[in-house]
Parts: sequence; C-alpha cells; structure tokens
Amino acid sequence: MSAGVGVDLENLWIRFGDFVAVRDANVNINGGDFFSFLGPSGCGKTTILRAVSGFLDPSEGKVLIGGNDMRGIGPNKRPTALIFQNLALFPLMKVWENITFSMEIKGASAKERRKRADELLDMIALPGQGDKLPSELSGGQRQRVAIARALCAEPDVLLLDEPLSALDLKLRQHMRTELREIQQRVGITFIYITHDQGEALTMSDNIAVMRAGVIDQIADGKTIYNDPNTAFAASFVGENNVFRGKIKQVMGNEAMIATNRSGDLVARISTANQGKLKEGDDAMMFIRPEAFAIAPDGATGDHFVTARVNHEEFEGNVFNIFTEGEGGKEIKVSIPNHGQSFQDHTGQNITLEYEAQNAVLVPAGELAAE
Amino acid sequence: MNLSFLRVSIWVYLAIFFLYLLGPLVIMSVTAFNSSAFPRMTPWECLTFQWFGELFQDQRILNGIKNSLIIGAGTVVLSVAMGLAGALMLTQIWPKLRATYYTIIIAPILIPGVVLGISTLVFWDRINRMLGLGADSVLSNGIFLTVIGQSTFIASYCMLVLVARLQRYDVALTEAALDLGATHAQAFRKILLPFMRPAIASAAVLAFLASFENYNTTTFTFGEYPTLTIELAQKVRYGITPSISALAFIIVALTVFFALLNEAKLKRQELVAAARKNATVEELAGKIKLPSFFAGNVAAMLVVIFAAATITVVGTATAYSPDQCIANVKEQKQLEADQRIQELRKQREERRKQREADEAEQGETQSAPKPSNNSGFGNVFAPNALSGDEDESNAEPQPSTNGGFGGAFDPNSLKTDE
Repeated sequence: MSAGVGVDLENLWIRFGDFVAVRDANVNINGGDFFSFLGPSGCGKTTILRAVSGFLDPSEGKVLIGGNDMRGIGPNKRPTALIFQNLALFPLMKVWENITFSMEIKGASAKERRKRADELLDMIALPGQGDKLPSELSGGQRQRVAIARALCAEPDVLLLDEPLSALDLKLRQHMRTELREIQQRVGITFIYITHDQGEALTMSDNIAVMRAGVIDQIADGKTIYNDPNTAFAASFVGENNVFRGKIKQVMGNEAMIATNRSGDLVARISTANQGKLKEGDDAMMFIRPEAFAIAPDGATGDHFVTARVNHEEFEGNVFNIFTEGEGGKEIKVSIPNHGQSFQDHTGQNITLEYEAQNAVLVPAGELAAE
Repeated sequence: MNLSFLRVSIWVYLAIFFLYLLGPLVIMSVTAFNSSAFPRMTPWECLTFQWFGELFQDQRILNGIKNSLIIGAGTVVLSVAMGLAGALMLTQIWPKLRATYYTIIIAPILIPGVVLGISTLVFWDRINRMLGLGADSVLSNGIFLTVIGQSTFIASYCMLVLVARLQRYDVALTEAALDLGATHAQAFRKILLPFMRPAIASAAVLAFLASFENYNTTTFTFGEYPTLTIELAQKVRYGITPSISALAFIIVALTVFFALLNEAKLKRQELVAAARKNATVEELAGKIKLPSFFAGNVAAMLVVIFAAATITVVGTATAYSPDQCIANVKEQKQLEADQRIQELRKQREERRKQREADEAEQGETQSAPKPSNNSGFGNVFAPNALSGDEDESNAEPQPSTNGGFGGAFDPNSLKTDE
C-alpha cells in the first residue's frame, strides 16, 4: 500500500431541492490510488467531486479525507486540489504566476516562487515557458500547466474533473499516459472524473461506474470489463451485444437463458449475481464483439447464434460485421485482422460461435444510452 | 446618376450633421481668441490670449474647478464602490429576484436629477436634525451632500458598466483560487479585482465626467461649495465674457486630446497583438520599436500633432502681444465715437438754437427747459454719461460702443449694477 491519503465516502447523499444527485454512495479510495468515477453526463460524478473538494455540503453522510471528517471545512482548508474541466487558469497571470499561486497566498517571495515554478515546468516538460500567458499556450500545454498549478499546492488528493475532454483525440491519448506517469511519480491519490471509458480503463487502479446518482460497481478495470455487475455497467463500459431472455436453468456458475430470438444459449453468471439469479428471472446476456468467431455453416447448439448480415466494415485492425439483432439493435462482431483473406457476407446468414466463459449474465436492467 | 445624387446627399447630410454637432463648439472656441469684450466671432478685432489670463485670475472659476475636482473624486470613489457591490450582488442574488433587483438599482437613472437633489437635501437635513447636529455639521456640508446626491444615480451608471464585464467572468476562477488555499478576500483581491480593472477604470472615468458636468442635482446640494457648473451658470446670469469661451476651449481641447490618446493606445495594442501573432517573442523585441509607433496609427500621429500645436500656441501666446492691435482698434473706435459725439453735439446745438429761437418767439411762458431726450438713444451717447463707468486703471477714455444697443452688451456697463 502506498503512503498517500485515502478518501472515504460514507452513506453520502446530495440533494438539490427534490432532485437527488447522489444516492447513498459508499466508496473507499486507497491512498495513492488512481481512482475514476465513470458515468454518462448528469450522473452525479461531478457533484461527488465538488463534495470532496468542499464546494458542496453533503445532505447526508460523510466525506472523510485521511480519516478526518471534512464537514464544515472549506475548500481552501482541505488537502485537495481540483483541476477544473475548463482548467480555470488565471488569464491575467503569467504561467509561472499561475503555477505558484498557492505559494503567493502563503506569502512566498517571488524568488522562491520562480524557483519552484521552474522545477514544475521541467517536470511537465515545458521548460522556459514561464513568462507566457496561458492564452499563448496550446491546449495540451495549458492542461499541463493546470496540473502543475494543482501539484504546486502539494495536495494529498488531486481531483480531476474531465480535464481531457476539451483536447483532440491524439493529445488525449498522449495525456492519458502522461497523467498516469505523473501520478506514479508524485504518489498522491488521484480522483478522476470522466465519461470516457477508455480514459478510465487505461489510467485507473479502480473505477466506480455511476448511473443517475447511484454507484453500480466499484472494481478494477479488468473486472468491470469482464465481469460487470449490472446491465448498465456491461453496456456502458466498452461495446457489448445484448440478448434478452428468461433464465431457463441454473447450472452452478453458468445458466441457460431462453432468448427471444436466438434460442437457448449458455453463459456465465457474473460474480456478483451468482446465487441471486434464479430460474424464471428476466435476464440479459452480454457478449463482446471480439468474443465471437465465425463458425461453419449449419453448426447448432447452446453457444451458436445464427443471424443475417446487414453490412460489413473494415476498420484496419478488425473487420466489423453487423448482423440483425434484437429490437432493431444490431449484433456487432469484430474479427481481428491477421492478414487473412476476408469474404464478404453481406445479405447472407452466418453462424457465430462463442465460449460460455466469455458471455456474461446479469439481471435485466437499464442499458446505457448509445 | 441616381446613385451619385444619393452619394452627394449623404455627404450633404453628413456635413449638416457635423455642422450642427460641432459648429457651436468651434465658434465658441474661436471667440476665445477675439479681443472683443463680448464673445463673438465677427467683427474680428484682434487675436488675443487675454481671456485665458483673465480666466486664471478669476477666483470664483478657480474655486469652482477645485470644488468640482474634490466632488468628482469623492463621487468616483463612492459610485464605483457602490456600483461594484451592486454588480456583484446581481450575480449572487437568487435568479428569480434578479429582474426586480435590477429595476430597483437602475431606477435612480430614470428619476430627474432635480428630484434627487431636493430629496438628498431634505433627507440629510432630517437626519442632521434627528442627530441634533448644527448647520455646520458634516451632514450638511455642501461637498458631502453633493457627493452623496450625485452618487445616487452615478452609481447606477457604474453598475451597468461593471455588470457587463462581470458577466464574462468565469466563477471557476474564484473557485480555483479558493481551492488553492486563498481566502475569499484574497480571491477577490487577486483574481476578480484584476479582471474587473478595465471596467473599473471606465466606470471611474464615466463617474468623474458625470459628476463634473452635473448641474441639476448639485444646484440643490452645493451649499458653500459651488462647483464649476454652478459658477458658470451664475456668471452667465450676470453677463458673459470670452473668458468663458476660453474655459470651454480648454475643456474641448483636453477632451479631444485624451480621446485621441486613448485611441492611439488602443490602436497600438491592436498592432502589437497583430504583430505578436506573426512573430515569436524574440522577433518582437526587435520589431515593435518607437519609430514604428506611428505605422498605421492615425490617432497616434494626431496626438503628436496636437501636442506640437499646443506647444506652438503656448509659445506664441507668451511672445505675442496684441497690445498694438488692441490700441489701434481702440483708437479707431475712439475716432468713430468722437465723430459721433461731434455730430450729436452739432445736432444738439442746432436744436438748442432752434428752441431758443422758439422760446424767444413764445416769450417767457415756459419756466424750465425740457431735458434734451430726443436723440433716440436716451442719454447714453452724451459724453458725460460714460464718465461714471470708468473703472479701468488706465486713464484712457472709454470707447463708447457704437452698436445699436446703447451699450447694453458692454460688460463694463454691468459692473456698476453689482
């Protein structure tokens, strides 16, 4: 375990009038972790962040930082630093003044501030840019200045509110690795807010998946991807094909589901739902596009699906096949490109095969919007 | 053909418009340099700077300027502070109340200044009496009352200016400052205030100008501290001299100068920004130099021309003496007057002779001769009538105005009225 300071949310409720923004959140974030809150916009993740940083008071429950209840402690007294979605760099201050604002508040001399600013500028790979104005920097540079400014305050916990959302794709991917590197170097707790599952999966030690104020699942990225608790977590994180139906028979960790379209199929019950899903329950089966393989024609059984191909796409690393699915939703199949010749199936029926281990059963529930 | 007619009429319209707008100012400025004792452009007598000298020797005007400056400064401080507070409140207040609050805050602009003046006077007089203070207390001091009275509506102007800027402020900046450990006071001072600085400067200029030119509120509140506008109004009531034109000219000149200076500064910033886009910082250091200060900056050139013209005029004024010209004009007037007097005397003599002849004819029926009052101008042209008006130190005989107004516009003729 790292030496960083942990953050705990205990039975946290946040209401705005009649609207419940956060419903009974319980989260333990270990010190030194890179922890992400992942969810669509409006799910309450930013509200949680503002409660941790002190701009919002919880309606009920507690926010603990390093084991201390933060109730009644203002944002300027908490050991947290927040990186705003729009960065909120002070437009009239030069880069070095921005970075060392927290030192200015404490009355540090200009000389000390310059020195610290130069160190931090070296760390974020922007040496010699201290005398520019934020408006003279590029998006990615501003991003790094915002991180340096937050780190200069020497917080125990760094809070990041979708800081990469304004950047273009290439820069976003680059900043992901950079953020992760910085986090490992400084060793403090990062709490990261995002609606981009790619960011959450690549950077985080642990992820909390949120939906409409409720935390659906807290786990590491692999677990959330492979073993989702709910239909929402399964459909929100990564691409997934859904098959609806009723549980026909439970066989240990696996079960057979009678689907509406594709007959009886066998799948693994997700860990959190083992022993809970019973025969006759409404359930959903999720299979990732890459978990399918094309089977010889005419193969039948409880791990084969037959469907008509609507269209196909070549994406470079994969071939995507879209077949007729349930309720207007297509089933997407991704076949890795190994340089093999690929035959066009458009308009034909094909049989797809999967392993029961790679299909997950969860109780029927709300799906993430496309 | 139709198009050219349209174009011509636009130019004609523009010419008329600017004539209407600037004509009075130009004519008034010109009269400041005419030696004629009444501000007029024609007939042109002599180029003179004497009215500027008289202006700066007029204690009442100087005192008025001093009071106006003190009151202006007080109003700027009070109005900008109240305006900023009002603007901040507008952004903080519960959204549903915002429209109502805005209306209330803006109301003083719509209330006539006279009403504000009277109500300020009455209100503070009440307060003064409630506190049992005398007539010489701070609360009945003219400067205090005028600052308070003017600020009631000037603060609203300031608020309008400040709100416009405040609406572009990102509240996240304050939050970021708080998050980095600043107190609310520090966040205000180090983040919000610097952001508001340009708007505060505009509001301050606006407040000062509004205060400086205010008459209708001030007229009720000035007490023993008349401002420049009050002094001018009182002066005009007793007759107008070209020294008022001189003051007007100075004000016009200063306004034009500062407007040009501001324009030049803005233009320069624009040029720097444009250059900055195309060059790195190192290049810039070599590129933007003072010689190229004027490049493409008309306003800057005008400022320099203006400054040069001012220096020339002041230089000429110190070296130039219109005494000879004035003496010539005086002499000429004197001659004309003498001629006139001679004529009158002749006429009178003739009449007297005639009357005597008549009386001789009628015998001694009339006891006293009627005063000779048949010249059509009263007695004003009688040589003795002017002797009482002489108050100038030089013993030269006062030239009589030979206009058809019987000397009514001669400023000296009014001095005896005081």
